[in-house]
Amino acid sequence: MADEDRDHSDLSVTRRAFLKGGALATGALSSTLIPTPADAQLPVATESDPRRSVVEMTVNGVAYRKEVPNRTTLLQFLREHLTLTGAKMGCDRAQCGACTVVVNGRNVYSCTTLAVEATGAEVLTIEGLAKGDALHPIQQAFIQHSGFQCGFCTSGQIMTTKAFLDRVPRPTEDEARRAMSGNLCRCAAYKRILESVMTASRLMQA
Amino acid sequence: MHNFAYIRPTTLRDAAAQLGKEHGKVMLLAGGTDLLGEMKDDLRVPEKLVAIRQLRELQGIRPGRGGLRIGAATLLSDIAESAPVREQAPLLAMAAETVGTPQIRNMATIGGNLCQRPRCWYYRNNYPCFKHGGSVCYSVTGENEYHAILEGGPSYIVHPSDTAPALVALGATVRISTGGRERGVPIEKFFVGPRQDPARENILQPNEILTEIEVPSAPAGSKAVYVKEMVREVWDFALCSVAAMVTTSGGIVGDARIVLGGVAPFPYRALKAEAVLKGRRLDEAAAAAAGAAAVDGARPLSKNAYKVPLTQAVVTRALLSLA
Repeated sequence: MADEDRDHSDLSVTRRAFLKGGALATGALSSTLIPTPADAQLPVATESDPRRSVVEMTVNGVAYRKEVPNRTTLLQFLREHLTLTGAKMGCDRAQCGACTVVVNGRNVYSCTTLAVEATGAEVLTIEGLAKGDALHPIQQAFIQHSGFQCGFCTSGQIMTTKAFLDRVPRPTEDEARRAMSGNLCRCAAYKRILESVMTASRLMQA
Repeated sequence: MHNFAYIRPTTLRDAAAQLGKEHGKVMLLAGGTDLLGEMKDDLRVPEKLVAIRQLRELQGIRPGRGGLRIGAATLLSDIAESAPVREQAPLLAMAAETVGTPQIRNMATIGGNLCQRPRCWYYRNNYPCFKHGGSVCYSVTGENEYHAILEGGPSYIVHPSDTAPALVALGATVRISTGGRERGVPIEKFFVGPRQDPARENILQPNEILTEIEVPSAPAGSKAVYVKEMVREVWDFALCSVAAMVTTSGGIVGDARIVLGGVAPFPYRALKAEAVLKGRRLDEAAAAAAGAAAVDGARPLSKNAYKVPLTQAVVTRALLSLA
């Protein structure tokens, strides 16, 4: 990280419980929880430098507040500022899907989203799926079918699956294929990824 | 990516007040799917970004005079899935659904899709071409397999938008605001060719914001289809695409709109193909004649002649699917 990109604010994480009862936001996102634009918080420019902002967002149910350079992508914010390295940098150009996370219920490319733009958002990453040692059904399904080879794209595949199945709980195979099309797998484990998605759908119904 | 000042205004007036008198210094940020890539590659180095993706005045799909009013910051995924759009302007929903990937459609806005910059690899690799203020189009003597076959020169980029041909076919109007002053422009007049301005693809001034798209309901008795031909099967920019809308009465074509994407520097209205269809029954012969008329006047470059029969076939096929 260039010096400019270092975190000048207090590095400690503010662990404000987001959901009532303090439960982790594992799969609790629903359309009713998505804030409308009018409710969204605004990022605050720092007084000293208009090219830095204080951003606040909830990641996996934990509220964070940090000052970052405006050019910081959401992916950099997650990986370098929060040390949540589950989302991967592949192409860094919104093409491969390795960086996919769920923002306000939608799967997006975090490499091409600015952290300041995610101010006020609820972000879900692969780290937020399991409950303690209990894996999320999507994770179980990917293991059951070996829905990966090298695994680099897998967190992105799983986060797309999460956003998709939350919207379409019982998809057809064709719907699933299209939904997964924004996540590339260079090992070409596509057949097994598709099987994982369909099994995950059944596990999540159970 | 170079650093920049960032501001997220809460009103359209405040957003417009941030804008300057020249292109490129202060830039609007909506979905960012195109702009952030350009910034990472140093194609654009803005001093300030004005974030408008969440601006309340640019959101939503509302009923309007004889159709729909779509806020410019509405996401493509919302448009593709919108019941009113699917009902009143299904052509737009079809086109929006073909843009990029699910993630792209969850990020990108309709306004940004109309204002996106060309995908030409010379432009994207920062060659000092017309689009960067230079006076050369490197595709002419270079690698031009994805460039224009119609209306090219002096720049031979192709317009990359999928929603633009659909909106031209539907006869949409775009609304443009300076914060105080507002104007409505037929979308056909929104796009400009390289002979009018080789550096840019639309009429937006540096202090203007595209705020809304007015989409008239498709006429009664009309059928429409968007067909997109790509190198890959699932997602890519179009090699060529066609937005076709045909209105028939008693089996005879009364009106036809045929608009091509990916083959010209702007969404290209194939007027000759439209004329061929009017007053005829839409059958195989009519569709084939319209396909041939659509590429009348095509002047391919050294490596993109394949696009001529491809476009002809795609137009013919699209029309037959409406018969």
